[in-house]
Amino acid sequence: MKLSRRCFLSFAIGAAAGINLTPLPWKLTDDLSIWTQMWPWTPVPSDGEYTFENTVCTLCPGGCGISVRKVDQRAVKIEGMKDHPVNNGGICLLGASGLQYLYGPFRVESPMKRVGNRGEGNWKKISWEQAIAEVSEKLGEIRANGSPEKVAVISGNKEGTIAGLWERFLTVYGSPNYMTPAGIEDSYEAALYLMQGAKGSVGLDLENANFVLSFGSGLLEGWGAPVRMFQASAKVLEKGKVIQFEPRLSNTAAKMDQWVPIIPGTEAALAMGIAHVIIREKRYVKNFIDTATSGFAEYQDLVMKDYSPEQVAEITGVPDSLIVDIAREFTEASKPLAVCGRGKGLIPGNIHEIMAVLALNALVGNINSEGGIWSVPKPGYINWPDPVLDETALAGLQKGRADGAGSEQYPFAKSLLDRFPKMLNEDKSYGIEALLVSNANPLFSMPDSENVRKAFSNIPCIISFSSFMDETAQFADLILPDHIYLERYEDVATLSMFQKPIVSLAKPVVKPEHDTMHTGDVIIKLAASIGGSVADAFGWDNYEACLEETLGNQWESLKKQVVSLDNGFAPNPWAYESKTGKMEFVATAINKSPDSKIGIPHYEDIGIDGEAGNYILIPYDSMALSTGYVASTPYMVKIVSDKVLNQKYTVVQVNPKTALELGLKEGSSVVLTTGVGEVRVKVTLYEGIMPNVIAMPSGLGHTAYDDYMGNGKGVNINRVLGTVEDPVTGLNAAWGIRAKLSKA
Amino acid sequence: MSASEEKAKEVSAEAADTSKGQNTTGIVFIFFVIGLVASLLVGWIAFPKVLYSQKKQPFDFNHKNHMEMVDNGCQSCHFFREDGTFSGAPKLAQCIDCHEYVQGGSEDETIFVEQYVANYHEVPWLIYSEQPPCVFFSHAAHVKGAEMDCRTCHGDIGNSTSLPVYEYNVITSYSRNIWGKNIAGFKKNTWDRMKMDDCSECHQKNDVKQYSVQTEKGPCFVCHK
Repeated sequence: MKLSRRCFLSFAIGAAAGINLTPLPWKLTDDLSIWTQMWPWTPVPSDGEYTFENTVCTLCPGGCGISVRKVDQRAVKIEGMKDHPVNNGGICLLGASGLQYLYGPFRVESPMKRVGNRGEGNWKKISWEQAIAEVSEKLGEIRANGSPEKVAVISGNKEGTIAGLWERFLTVYGSPNYMTPAGIEDSYEAALYLMQGAKGSVGLDLENANFVLSFGSGLLEGWGAPVRMFQASAKVLEKGKVIQFEPRLSNTAAKMDQWVPIIPGTEAALAMGIAHVIIREKRYVKNFIDTATSGFAEYQDLVMKDYSPEQVAEITGVPDSLIVDIAREFTEASKPLAVCGRGKGLIPGNIHEIMAVLALNALVGNINSEGGIWSVPKPGYINWPDPVLDETALAGLQKGRADGAGSEQYPFAKSLLDRFPKMLNEDKSYGIEALLVSNANPLFSMPDSENVRKAFSNIPCIISFSSFMDETAQFADLILPDHIYLERYEDVATLSMFQKPIVSLAKPVVKPEHDTMHTGDVIIKLAASIGGSVADAFGWDNYEACLEETLGNQWESLKKQVVSLDNGFAPNPWAYESKTGKMEFVATAINKSPDSKIGIPHYEDIGIDGEAGNYILIPYDSMALSTGYVASTPYMVKIVSDKVLNQKYTVVQVNPKTALELGLKEGSSVVLTTGVGEVRVKVTLYEGIMPNVIAMPSGLGHTAYDDYMGNGKGVNINRVLGTVEDPVTGLNAAWGIRAKLSKA
Repeated sequence: MSASEEKAKEVSAEAADTSKGQNTTGIVFIFFVIGLVASLLVGWIAFPKVLYSQKKQPFDFNHKNHMEMVDNGCQSCHFFREDGTFSGAPKLAQCIDCHEYVQGGSEDETIFVEQYVANYHEVPWLIYSEQPPCVFFSHAAHVKGAEMDCRTCHGDIGNSTSLPVYEYNVITSYSRNIWGKNIAGFKKNTWDRMKMDDCSECHQKNDVKQYSVQTEKGPCFVCHK
């Protein structure tokens, strides 16, 4: 038999005919169509029981309650917790997208040790045993050399047990250098202490106010607890009026009843001007001023002499007639309230400005009363026995702090982190040898970031406890990653601007995604590893045991309820803890020469940094961009408008008049130069910004995370912003910086 | 050679050609048949074997045995949660009350207790009737709303004494039970196939709402949200 071509063709035809009589082609077509429409490698969340677990969001100091929706124990959504005293079911963009931190590829998945040069990004995974041994060996060595003060901690925890454990650790170790990033709350605290002797935090009874003067506060840009501020502002707008004084038509200014543009940095003068009208027209609450305050006469003299509406109009650019009208309206309202602190309140600000606003509130008698401004006592649940200090520790603590806080120059400050890099660069004798950074990203979030980097590069050992590969972690030598907030216990002691004592408990709602460890546990292990009196000060097996013992009988209820609120709290408007027992218009705590104004509220041109240029650069904040330790999530970056971020360039807002002067058009590329640095940006023309003022968004320009978290998207504003020390507190008071724009 | 001889030779050559042609046709036809039969064998027998792979369940399970011990039928273990969602395959938490320690003598129970209960590892059951993630299916609507019997879709699994072999499609990774055991897609019982057509067949027959209750969009959106 001979096989011919015809045989093969015949076979093929037979096969073709036959295959069509089988299910193969039809089934294969069906399967392939399914395959192409539902790629098997596309991740599909598992199905299972739906549950909600309540906890507290610690991404910002707001302390909102959140409900985490889980399917089969996997967290799939974050919602606002219903009936929570802070946010009452609401949630902000950052909080809602919190799961992107949990599952993000930028998490530090295990302890890491740097290999290669600093900042190169080459890491080696190490075990927790090795990581803790290396840190304790390093710290033990520094202590053995008799210079424990050369260890510093920068931590985002100001209150609560994590802060307590860090401070306790440093104290028994022998270092005074516990530093925390400061914000407007710190300046308010200082002002409350100076004017009332109160050792508490500030609370605003905004919900009960019906006429609010906001001196630049970004009530809708993330100031205080953002969700609460949205809800409370809406309440005020419903029953009364809010006036926003701000150089820029921000979202807040746009949504409030009235926007009054003001020359940046002159808010204190305006507050004094309004006070002038109130005093001149005897519109103040005489009973309160006579009974509960001291130093009014001196304050009155200053106000009457230097702050007539005409004088203030000159300084602030606000018409004098408007000042008079606003002052009258303010006093005619039944529950007036004045607040200050620009944007999100990230910059502590000038103490005299806050004092001027507090004085304004005092004139209308709303200090510590309904709808007013309250001092809220700090929760006192941390009652650990004093640790026993050895000689090394005592000697180390005798040395002053590396940032100058508590020194003769700045006796009222507890921490002056913004001063720290400058001090390190100017005076190398202190010689910090190890820097531990926990829950903070100073290389991104501190002004003059290049100077911060320069200061840090002289520190031989930097240890990060960050959960994320952020800019500071990237620059560290060792990373001991913490759990993120959804994976850990943490007490939240004080909430930004909240008017009642409140304690919340964040608790783990999911198991840790990676090989991370609670920083509280790491501190306890480090202490045990160092041994001696350091170990003796930590009698707890782990952080959870410490927290349980500390919270005592609140522990169980907080685990169930998440939050414990002292709802009946009402401060006393008639008695204060100051030396005089009164609310002091002239702070007696400040030693001053008789002709000095330093203890009295007043306006002072604090002399913002830089000689470069005729323009003033001011930062602006928005809900869509996170500015602190945590970076904006991919969801947030996606919604940023092209008037804020254009491709890879930050867009600065310039008034059309200013643009005309400079020959700039919409979208022009420019170089923005300040005394601190220069960056390339684009311009957008905006009539909502005062002429000669340039507004630049903060929160852009990350370099460490990944493309979705904003790497290469815009430029970090801190590369061109500087700091100015407040004459009383030493905290950063810079609200802007002189700048120039030139065509690129 | 004479002319007549030449002619005769041509004729015989032609005759030879004709007989060769008949032979060739036969061979060609045989090849056609071989092709046909081979492809039928491939399509009906080899193809299903290649298309479906088998996986073993972690251990065997006797539904019948358990059904005799419970009061509430299938829903004793495959229950509805408080929020109305369906629990599906039982979790360890439900089994652990009885199976904290080995009770019977079966090898499967020993595996269950020693490997899963002791370590509190959930059993990775392979689900025969798992619909793809693009399908929205509510057990509550069918079992509670339409009061359908579990057997309508799942067959008489409650009376089975062992678990069938789990087969899955290597292209789509779907369980074979979705297309059905019959590779041609023929079915005798309602539970033999669980493809889209089978759902819609029943929905049409019973005059179920031909639009999504949630969005009021057309029939596709009943299941594909």
